[in-house]
Amino acid sequence: MSLWEYANPKRFMETSARILPWVAGLAVLTTATGLVWGFFFTPDDFRMGATVKIIFLHVPSATMATGIWFMMLIASLIWLIRRHHVSALAAKAAAPIGVTMTLIALVTGAIWGQPMWGTWWAWDPRLTAFLILFLFYLGYIALWAAVENPDTAADLTSVLCLVGSVFAVISRYAAVFWNQGLHQGASLSLDRKENVADVFWQPLVVSLVGFGLVFVALLLLGTRTEIRARRLKALIARERMA
Amino acid sequence: MSALLLRDLRLAFRSGGGFGLALAFFLIVATLVPFGVGADPATLARIAGGILWVGALLACLLSLDRLFQTDWEDGSLDLIATAPVPLEGAVAVKALAHWLTTGLPLTLVAPVLGVLLNLAPAAYGWLVLSLALGTPALSVIGAFGAALTVGLRRGGLLLSLLVLPLYVPTLIFGAEAVRRGAEGLDPATPMLLLAGITLGAAALLPFAAAAALRVNLR
Amino acid sequence: MPDLGKYALEVLSAYGISLLLIAGLVVLSLARAARVRRALDEAEARSRAHGR
Repeated sequence: MSLWEYANPKRFMETSARILPWVAGLAVLTTATGLVWGFFFTPDDFRMGATVKIIFLHVPSATMATGIWFMMLIASLIWLIRRHHVSALAAKAAAPIGVTMTLIALVTGAIWGQPMWGTWWAWDPRLTAFLILFLFYLGYIALWAAVENPDTAADLTSVLCLVGSVFAVISRYAAVFWNQGLHQGASLSLDRKENVADVFWQPLVVSLVGFGLVFVALLLLGTRTEIRARRLKALIARERMA
Repeated sequence: MSALLLRDLRLAFRSGGGFGLALAFFLIVATLVPFGVGADPATLARIAGGILWVGALLACLLSLDRLFQTDWEDGSLDLIATAPVPLEGAVAVKALAHWLTTGLPLTLVAPVLGVLLNLAPAAYGWLVLSLALGTPALSVIGAFGAALTVGLRRGGLLLSLLVLPLYVPTLIFGAEAVRRGAEGLDPATPMLLLAGITLGAAALLPFAAAAALRVNLR
Repeated sequence: MPDLGKYALEVLSAYGISLLLIAGLVVLSLARAARVRRALDEAEARSRAHGR
């Protein structure tokens, strides 16, 4: 029994139908716990006041935004190398979730930036990198939508994802070179001394896990839909032929 | 390969479409900017380098959708793909032809437009050098985007959505080099990074573009 | 309800917009899932009716 067995669509449909309700339930539970904990039961920060509560949305969504692109890159590579259809469709299903997460990270960042930095938007490297990531997601989704043949679309978007990843990394460092930023450093580095205080750290990790589970649940749902849509397309094509 | 290059150049000159159009577009952008931001010489001098870079970038974009589209429509792309020349090489040659007919003329015209925009005297050399180093990257990246969208009916708009985000690093380093040149700082670092991007793109992207073309020709 | 002080508007709007976006994504995903599922069931019923 290996992981590759789930590359069989039928197998994937069976297993995902079994685990989807559990993942979805757990996702709702964890996200609700993390956000309620963060919103109701954390103290105000001595510098940022109540705005520190935005961290429980901002950091998880930003983490997911980059994480989802990375997952799409892996899925694209699997498709290009091993030609597993589930992998290509999973990458397709992940993109709308990724674009939503990027949007949440940008919006909560803007709302947080206004009282703290006195501006909604600054051309800070991190902010700029996320805006570019947002554009990459849009291009990726648009290319999927534009190509008729599903296999051609999967191939082209995979190549775009590969090249886009390289350019996303270059853009990230180019932006650092271009402008020094207002944004603080990492809030979740492994070096605990750099981290946020424990009272914020614990609910943050909970909502981070919650956002991750939300992604997995939506990804399973979306991939199931894409597999069905694919089969539907094949059936309709066969009807036309007959 | 040289036959392909000559053919592409001849086609570009004969139709006149992309060649003159990109230059005219570049001129119009440089003319419109003062109307938008005001004619104050100090303001113009500060933004001239960036405007010229953005203008060159957009002008490059104009003729990209014709890079493979016309060959795809009349079937000569199939011939090129099945020719003994590797498709990667053919892509690189077509990108080179695109650069010779858009990037190079834009580079040569840029100093004249710099006069219109009151570019700092110290920056002219750096502007030409940075465009000469950077525009080949624009052509190669554009060839990749054109290869992705070649079979699509409304590919032009999608092409710009795909290609423009990829242009970000090139634009950052190019405009930064001109800015440093204008302010009398040392522009060597951004210039080297710009050259690095061009070389990296020219070395790797023809493979990605050829892969995309093969998918589209299937 | 915790006391949000002078930043009540910012914090509440951040939570409101984020939850709205996620809810929108969930609703759209479910709607599309249901739509595709129904269309597929119909198509499969049709192809069975035609024999095979």
